[in-house]
Amino acid sequence: MATKTRWVGQRMKRKEDPRLIQGLAHYVDDLAQPGQLYAAFLRSPYAHARLRKIDRSAAERAPGVVAVVVGEDVRGILGMVPTASALPELKVPPHPPLAIEEVNHVGEPVAVVVAEDRYRARDAVDLIEVDYEPLPAVTDPEKALEKNSPRVHAQFKDNQACLWKVEAGFPDKAFAKAAHVVRQRFVNQRLIPVAMEPRGVLASYDAGAEQLTVWSSTQIPHLLRTQIAAMLNVPEMRVRVIAPEVGGGFGSKLNVYGEEALIAHLAMKLGRPVKWIETRRENFLATIHGRDQINDVEAAVAKDGRILALKVRLVADLGAYHQLLTAVIPTLTGLLLLGCYKIPAVKIEYVGVFTNKMATDAYRGAGRPEATFLIERMVDLVAMELAMDPADVRRKNFPRPKDFPYSTPTGVIYDSGSYEATLKKALEQVGYAKLREEQKRLWKQGRYLGIGLSTYVEICAMGPSSAMPAGGWESGTVRIEPTGKLTVLTGASPHGQGQETSFAQVVADELGVSPEDVIVTHGDTQAVPYGIGTFGSRATAVGGTAMYLSLQKLKQKLARMAGHLLKTDPKRIEIGEGKLSVKGNPKKSKTFLEVVQAAYMAKTLPVGFEPGLEATTFFEPSNFTFPFGAHVCVVEVDAETGDVRLRRYVAVDDCGNVINPLLVDGQVHGGIVQSLGQALLEEAVYDENGQLVTGELMDYAIPRAADVPHLETARTVTPSPVNPMGVKGVGEAGTIAATPAIVNAVVDALRPLGVRDIQMPLKRERIWEILQAGKRA
Amino acid sequence: MGVRISLKVNGRAHTSEVEPRLLLVHFLRDTLGLTGTHIGCETSLCGACTVLLDGKAVKACTLLAVQADGADLTTIEGLARDGKLHPVQEGFWEEHGLQCGYCTPGMILAGAALLAGNPDPGEAEIRRAIAGNLCRCTGYQHIVNAIQSAARKMKPGGRKR
Repeated sequence: MATKTRWVGQRMKRKEDPRLIQGLAHYVDDLAQPGQLYAAFLRSPYAHARLRKIDRSAAERAPGVVAVVVGEDVRGILGMVPTASALPELKVPPHPPLAIEEVNHVGEPVAVVVAEDRYRARDAVDLIEVDYEPLPAVTDPEKALEKNSPRVHAQFKDNQACLWKVEAGFPDKAFAKAAHVVRQRFVNQRLIPVAMEPRGVLASYDAGAEQLTVWSSTQIPHLLRTQIAAMLNVPEMRVRVIAPEVGGGFGSKLNVYGEEALIAHLAMKLGRPVKWIETRRENFLATIHGRDQINDVEAAVAKDGRILALKVRLVADLGAYHQLLTAVIPTLTGLLLLGCYKIPAVKIEYVGVFTNKMATDAYRGAGRPEATFLIERMVDLVAMELAMDPADVRRKNFPRPKDFPYSTPTGVIYDSGSYEATLKKALEQVGYAKLREEQKRLWKQGRYLGIGLSTYVEICAMGPSSAMPAGGWESGTVRIEPTGKLTVLTGASPHGQGQETSFAQVVADELGVSPEDVIVTHGDTQAVPYGIGTFGSRATAVGGTAMYLSLQKLKQKLARMAGHLLKTDPKRIEIGEGKLSVKGNPKKSKTFLEVVQAAYMAKTLPVGFEPGLEATTFFEPSNFTFPFGAHVCVVEVDAETGDVRLRRYVAVDDCGNVINPLLVDGQVHGGIVQSLGQALLEEAVYDENGQLVTGELMDYAIPRAADVPHLETARTVTPSPVNPMGVKGVGEAGTIAATPAIVNAVVDALRPLGVRDIQMPLKRERIWEILQAGKRA
Repeated sequence: MGVRISLKVNGRAHTSEVEPRLLLVHFLRDTLGLTGTHIGCETSLCGACTVLLDGKAVKACTLLAVQADGADLTTIEGLARDGKLHPVQEGFWEEHGLQCGYCTPGMILAGAALLAGNPDPGEAEIRRAIAGNLCRCTGYQHIVNAIQSAARKMKPGGRKR
């Protein structure tokens, strides 16, 4: 049984890994149901067109084809793709799972072929003939706002999907009295999430049991189940959703896609299981994108570097349709706009715009990387304007530890923080003062060394339900089995985060058992009580807390039973090391197993004691959590080629108490590199006709191992007061922090050339042009 | 119209009739049921489908099954021997070289192929050697650590398998 008392805080190897490193795990495409058919989609090659006629006769005659289905076939039978975004006067166009009458972006599904195998399904897709009448398309969000722009949805008078404003403090007054006003436009380019496992759905219907089972590569099995039931008009208890092994999500699987309901519908209609696995090309065209904001920012600054107010106009390109959270993502940018600074006044105007592109939605960080990017870039521009050190401008504007909990003008309450401490640690680790000296030396030699800072705070542990579109609580069940083994059921369905391990560590410490005796089950709506899912760095702080509270209930119950057996007051019972003993009298004890068995055998029970040992908690958090940190990036820009070489990357993060440092490091590393992708490489480009010209991995560069420097991580620990474990969350920290650190470093390197800003991604050719212009000047 | 192919996979001989256009990765996954080899892009850019063909790391999504006729293949399922993990598998476990696990089989085989030819690679060499395999979760640092850890174990005098 228990061998160690403290598992929490240890770099424990993951329990999920043996199956993953031996090829024994099962992702959706690894599953097979007897007699399963394969589906393949015909997708629109046009960004905007009317569907005049679809001729599927040749496809239907093709060998192995079972069915060819178009939008008209499921009109009125399948519900619309849902959105949970709720904003005042939000325009919501109908979003059918298969296009009806009109297509509004390249990649929109037009028809689906179901065949005996995947090769025949794809062959038949090519035999469908569609007569499209091309319509004018618009892909630039600012052009889409112009009066004479083509309209994405003819039923609306313009392409503005929503308008959301926040004003607090007295921004206009602050600008009137400011010593300096710093202005800049930032473009946070559109990104493609590229989870390594594309989406996939397998559905099977048992007509006798009237039971529909849907396996989907999703982050939100329970929400998906509710929505599939609604879209199919099937009673929810007849639907079971299973998220098997999920090969990454990053927000792209925090959604409800038309294909998920459509494949389920086909399985019911055809009476055979149907599988659809997304190709990478489809993944680029028809899985949600991220970011895509234009930010016009103005900062009112006092003589000493204090920022007095911020004004931002945010234009967000939402794409053609709403997916689950499309329109609310930029509101997160709004909430976090002031970053980790005590800025007393703010004015935000967010304009959401329809264009003929794939929808944007939650991509790792979801609105918060955009906020951090603009505030961290602005702070550097303030430093430049005032000829101050960027570290000093940051210190000048930090709230002090005594200011926490700190209420921001944007209406959130930062739970705890010590921003100077992380900055100090990061600057020491990187050797900041020496680097500044080296920089001066190298500049004289015509070499471009740059040091970029990013001090960030993020909104995590999503979240209080009052602030969430569809519930922000989480469920956690702990069941002590009659043999003393433990099953945890968590609604926070993971996709690589390692909850099977970290949650087992918590259980082990709380109950004095070994993590080996604990299994963490997730992702199956038939096994697990209703839950919300893993996203928004919430699994540990919300889902883990639900489990933790269930553990406390069981501890009380175990103590009652042990007290009963030992004829002692339960308050005097201690749990640990595989036994329950009387405080101060360790010899008087029962083993964990003896107490567990007594609770199940129920031969003699304390008065009012329910037999069995299972507890479920639905935990509603009182607030978000606010992890923070300081990242420093050191780059050298090659004066000849414009190549950006990352020399050092130091990340000091504070995510509250840490359960498994190995997993936290992994989350930070991964986040930083996704950020590096945005800063240097990645950009989803649509041409003016709405063709995605970066529609494959060949044209869309995600970071490879050789693009990435050695990453150095460190931490400070400021526990969160929001939950009993004092944890904050770390899933998105790297992605939120690193982009501005890298861009700040490159801009800093090129300061001698008078460079003030460079638009992402900082591709070699873009930097080379700047260097050439510098030479000419 | 099938074509007859014979090949060895993880030490076992197989003879099969296949469609000429059948991809090797589909042959492994659908015909032989070895689903540890994943498909990430179908264009040989991501490396999720990496297998060893006569000891060389290749991408099974852009090879036809008929091209593997007569070959000796190792997939992730065949890397552990006699119930003992390969040092690269151990390294990935110990150093947290994986998160979602989707790129992992290909990444492990790429790492194993590297160490077979270069038993003591530096960090930059490792990063170059696995540049044909994409990972979106780990940021690669722990993967590099994992391969380094395996290299130490495989060195003469290191811990033997």
